[in-house]
Amino acid sequence: MSGFLQNTFNGLVGGAFYALLALGLAVIFGMLRVVNFAHGAFYMLGAFGAYVLLAEAGVPFWAALVIMPLALGLLGMVLERAVIHRLTRLDPLYNFLLTFGLTLILQDLVKSRYGVQSSPYATPTELSGSVDFGLFDFPTYRVFILGFTVLLCGAVWWVLGRTRIGMVVRAATERPELTRAFGIDVGKWVTPVFGFGIALAGLAGVLAAPMRAVNPLMGADLIIVVFAVVVIGGLGSIFGSVAAGFGIGLIQAWGEAYLSDFPIVSQTVVFVVMAAVLLWRPAGLFGREEAPA
Amino acid sequence: MRRSVGVAAASAAVAALVTGCGGGGPQSGGDQKLTGDKIVLGVLNDQSGAYSELSGKNSVKAVEMAIADFKAKYGDKAITKNISVETADHQNKPDVANSKAQEMYDRKGVDAILDVPTSSAALKVADVAKEKKKLYFNIGAATTELTGKSCNKYTFHYAYDTYMLAHGTGTVTTQQVGKNWYILYPNYAFGQDMEKSFSTAIGAAGGTVVGKDGAPFPNTSGDYSSFLLKAPTLNPKPQVLGTMQAGAELVNVVKQYNEFKLRDKGIGLAVGLMFITDIHSLTPAALAGTTYTDAWYWNFDQQNREWADKFQKETDTRPSFAHAANYSAAMQYLEAVQAAGTDDADAVVKGLEGKEVNDVFLRNGKIRAEDHRVLHDAYLAQVKPQAEVTEPWDYVKILKTIPAAEAFRAPSPDCQM
Repeated sequence: MSGFLQNTFNGLVGGAFYALLALGLAVIFGMLRVVNFAHGAFYMLGAFGAYVLLAEAGVPFWAALVIMPLALGLLGMVLERAVIHRLTRLDPLYNFLLTFGLTLILQDLVKSRYGVQSSPYATPTELSGSVDFGLFDFPTYRVFILGFTVLLCGAVWWVLGRTRIGMVVRAATERPELTRAFGIDVGKWVTPVFGFGIALAGLAGVLAAPMRAVNPLMGADLIIVVFAVVVIGGLGSIFGSVAAGFGIGLIQAWGEAYLSDFPIVSQTVVFVVMAAVLLWRPAGLFGREEAPA
Repeated sequence: MRRSVGVAAASAAVAALVTGCGGGGPQSGGDQKLTGDKIVLGVLNDQSGAYSELSGKNSVKAVEMAIADFKAKYGDKAITKNISVETADHQNKPDVANSKAQEMYDRKGVDAILDVPTSSAALKVADVAKEKKKLYFNIGAATTELTGKSCNKYTFHYAYDTYMLAHGTGTVTTQQVGKNWYILYPNYAFGQDMEKSFSTAIGAAGGTVVGKDGAPFPNTSGDYSSFLLKAPTLNPKPQVLGTMQAGAELVNVVKQYNEFKLRDKGIGLAVGLMFITDIHSLTPAALAGTTYTDAWYWNFDQQNREWADKFQKETDTRPSFAHAANYSAAMQYLEAVQAAGTDDADAVVKGLEGKEVNDVFLRNGKIRAEDHRVLHDAYLAQVKPQAEVTEPWDYVKILKTIPAAEAFRAPSPDCQM
């Protein structure tokens, strides 16, 4: 029983990363109709930024947790204005290719400066112990990640559901033309929302630095699963992306724990779920069918 | 000796014709017999991916150092001063390795290919070397198949293999740390091969593998916690976690091993394959006390250290064992050409077979004629606690030298030259 609880807890921690990344992808897709392939690269930059700040300027984890999302969010806004914005009127494929190209550029820039070998990043000492839950104990850092992510997702939900900004974003996501017709300047919110999505990816990267290998390809490895999560949750669905993120984390953890004798099954279970969801509900579990044009 | 350019060119042409006909004639004393009056070494390895740090461009530097040292040693007596290096990136892909190797031998005039990490790519290049009858010194790959059923007359396996890694670490860790093992391996050819080699070595040393699991490869989630949580619950409880993951995956396993505090729960860590570059990225603190088998260590003695200092001047970093082995293989090849007086592959192979060698990489080295396994001393290494690390890159202490005769397996009956 305690083994099952531990694996469940682990699944939720893994799912927290998926949820943060998928949430960012979902708001960006909802607002801009851009499938941001560069999301994994920004996650990588978040982790690398934390490493560089610590190694070269002695900036601790907690400061990096604030600095990196802000810096990357800003970079995201600049990129949106400079290039992505120009392609939004064309076929979505153009921006997909653009962000794919950006990914390669960012990865290779980091690679040429820091090499492919993973860079060291220690767990902050305040969080390096473990917490006793009675039935089992668990690394404090993982407990922190889970709590922090749940709070953050809750905050995002509150902003979207209860504030005026959130209302505009939701309206613009679901019926952009109609929202404009009411005299609301949707364009004004596009850039900050893109920056916010990127900031979430950067934040996930900083959180990952102490427990995952920090190297230029860390984002590329993860992003494929995150895309599957977004598709399962429903493209552009904010609640769906978070729920699917945690759900997929759980499925992966249980799969690895209880199906380890069938590696083919535990490795492909995410994509099997994705295929099943696409057959059953093409718009994803929580997505809405696009209104016919 | 090299007075007349005309004579040299003519004899080169003769040599080209002779090798072109597929038979190397006996060497008449004094004549120069180099194809094109030059020697070309080819370094074929990973220059951008996961293994580019432990081999990559710095392996090319090591080979260039060997050429410079060779020229300095022989001066005007050198068989030629025209020695160059060709390099290519095989991206760890067998098909790319195959075509690059063909291009090197056929079009770039390469006499010997060096390095080639990634076992599947290494095996392809062995086939090309056999077909083209040109030399190939494998350094970066671990599979024992290179000296097993894929062995051939022109291929030498130089630095290490899965038997060496498993035999050293498996045996000594079982005797000194604990008898009960839990093995975690990446579920593909290399990992499965390592798991088998380790299980055999552990069994032979009187230990037991109480559990083993193949983790997905590549592991996209980067998470190993389900395996790490399972380890302490096994009955009997393992005393050693043996991880066969490599590179970034090893980094993930070790980070999470520390997170779950398995060392405090009485489970030590043994690593199947680790390079000094891995310790650098994990920091010695994360690995303190971990044992593994090393083919060479830069700060083992004064001779190694002097070479490592020269290497650092060229590259700004300390050498991995693969870098030192590339230097050594290039040097031994050039020495063999010098001694044979020709770059004819069959003559050079004949000179190398059975040769006993000592250099900065090969200690008590011997090039075994039966399967072309290059035997040399190996080392059981242990990562130092952070407090004992007094200079950058000096991360391990050598617990034990494993004599050349014990470090590698006996010639395999599968090898038919």
